[in-house]
Amino acid sequence: MARIDVNHIRHSYLPNPRKDSDFALKEVHHTFEDGGAYALLGPSGCGKTTLLNIISGLLHPSHGQLLFNGRDITNLSTQERNIAQVFQFPVIYDTMTVYDNLAFPLRNRRVPEADVDRKVRETLDMIDLASLAKKKARGLTADQKQKISLGRGLVRSDVNAILFDEPLTVIDPHMKWVLRSQLKQLHRRFGYTMVYVTHDQTEALTFADRVVVMYDGEIVQIGTPAELFERPRHTFVGYFIGSPGMNVLPVALEGRTAKLGAQRIELPGVPKAEAGAVELGIRPEYVRLGREGMAVQVSKVEDVGRHKVVRANLEGREIAAVIGEDDEVPAEPKVRFDPAGINIYADSWRVEMGA
Amino acid sequence: MDKTWNNKAWFLVLPVLVLVAFSAVIPLMTVVNYSVQDTFGNNVFFWAGTEWFEELLHSDRFWEAMVRNLIFSFIILAIEVPLGIFIALNMPKKGWGVPVCLVLMALPLLVPWNVVGTIWQVFGRNDIGLLGYYVNALGFNYNYVQDPFDAWVTVIIMDVWHWTSLVVLLCYAGLVSIPDAFYQAAKIDGASRWAVFRYIQLPKMQRVLLIAVLLRFMDSFMIYTEPFVVTGGGPGNSTTFLSIDLVKTALGQFDLGPAAAMSLVYFLIILLLSWVFYTVMTNYDAER
Repeated sequence: MARIDVNHIRHSYLPNPRKDSDFALKEVHHTFEDGGAYALLGPSGCGKTTLLNIISGLLHPSHGQLLFNGRDITNLSTQERNIAQVFQFPVIYDTMTVYDNLAFPLRNRRVPEADVDRKVRETLDMIDLASLAKKKARGLTADQKQKISLGRGLVRSDVNAILFDEPLTVIDPHMKWVLRSQLKQLHRRFGYTMVYVTHDQTEALTFADRVVVMYDGEIVQIGTPAELFERPRHTFVGYFIGSPGMNVLPVALEGRTAKLGAQRIELPGVPKAEAGAVELGIRPEYVRLGREGMAVQVSKVEDVGRHKVVRANLEGREIAAVIGEDDEVPAEPKVRFDPAGINIYADSWRVEMGA
Repeated sequence: MDKTWNNKAWFLVLPVLVLVAFSAVIPLMTVVNYSVQDTFGNNVFFWAGTEWFEELLHSDRFWEAMVRNLIFSFIILAIEVPLGIFIALNMPKKGWGVPVCLVLMALPLLVPWNVVGTIWQVFGRNDIGLLGYYVNALGFNYNYVQDPFDAWVTVIIMDVWHWTSLVVLLCYAGLVSIPDAFYQAAKIDGASRWAVFRYIQLPKMQRVLLIAVLLRFMDSFMIYTEPFVVTGGGPGNSTTFLSIDLVKTALGQFDLGPAAAMSLVYFLIILLLSWVFYTVMTNYDAER
């Protein structure tokens, strides 16, 4: 296991990058602590997989350094880095049996056959494929194949880190849950350093202790699931995490109040914002729908099972509010913002609020 | 006749049946017709029964051509398949090199067969041919007109030049269909170059290789034009393969009966061998 320092890494797929937009990774500077479970969360094309491939050595970064336990390994090959990586789509060696598939990474490293056997059997039990050990991998279903891929990632116990690149995309929803809990369990048992790339927020929030949110080639926030939910550092994090995402409304500041059209909203503190586009962010969970507050026109009510999502129009802006499954929308609906859920953003970045 | 049975569908396949009948079945039947009769010209035919078949199966000339042809097919498969795989593995996967390589590879396949023969006929001549002249100038006694071994070498090199591209293109198609993730996973798993070939590339090429072997076998077993142009089957009968022998019998000697019998036997052999090849290789595939 290792601590991984990503030291001012930039990467471009172009041979001669000039502009900032030529870079798939603009600049990433971050430390993955030894034994941590991290999720890299972000939309498609934000550079998650690029970062992962740089860590595993499949890509060489255009700029910057990579350190394992303080040692510079930027120029080492994938094999020398001793990393395990699981890919989005199952990669199996289909002429081999399930057993041989799992033994492959060990045999390539000339591990004694007795140890290979022990490790492979352990892993087979872990991924619940022991009964298929002797079968050719070719005939298996997609999720069994992906379990083999996972198994090949887990079979070596001495790896520096295990990287997952959206590994559960092809797995059925109920199996996803099971596999994710198994990974989490493994993490607790063996303390692997794990980095898990996903664009699925539930997956990220349930798997990781720390979630790294990426957007457009940059890390926009690193935090626990609760931090990401309560205090998104960037409006993107607000949109991206949560369902529906955070309401972001352009406002004008006036001391402790924010003016939204004709409405005045009381803030929990005085934002330390300078001039520029100021926005107020509030999660639908903190929007209270009732008979007092600001008048809204309700356009749609979506019943999503455990709660309802109310889409409404406030001062010409679309907002969403979450209400209980049994709550009714009043005849003359009004909304109030719970001060605890209010964040203020200047140029899309969150600003602190003073007393 | 049970009237609930709908026979209208037959009309829909009728055009195909007519086409196949005119293009294959009827010509084949005339051959069958010839094979059981004898003629001395003037369109007068006598019933000969199985006489031509018996004669053929006891003819040394036929079996020698057969053995020659099998050896030829075996040699060119043994060269073209590994060579084709090797070239395909080393072809670029992206960039400007791809179209260049593909066009270069496709060129020999686009040359008409008799032109291929003519090219090599001239190329190998030791008086004016570039190859023949310089090989002799280097001190090798090379003369495909007189030396059976040299004739064989020439015909084999010509076939390799002409047809390796087909194997290359088929293998290349198989190779480019392998997703990058496989190579990345192999790197992560610490696989050697050989292991990547053995466990990733070869299995992915297996199906196209099966087709390549089948096509190359059938084509080489039926080869006629190129050796006919280069050596005319000589020196002696040393490069007289089955087709050349057949044409000699049918058109050179105008022995229609024996030639027809030979055609049918030849046809059945190709059909049988292709079927055996195919079943063996697909069964092998299914077992794994």
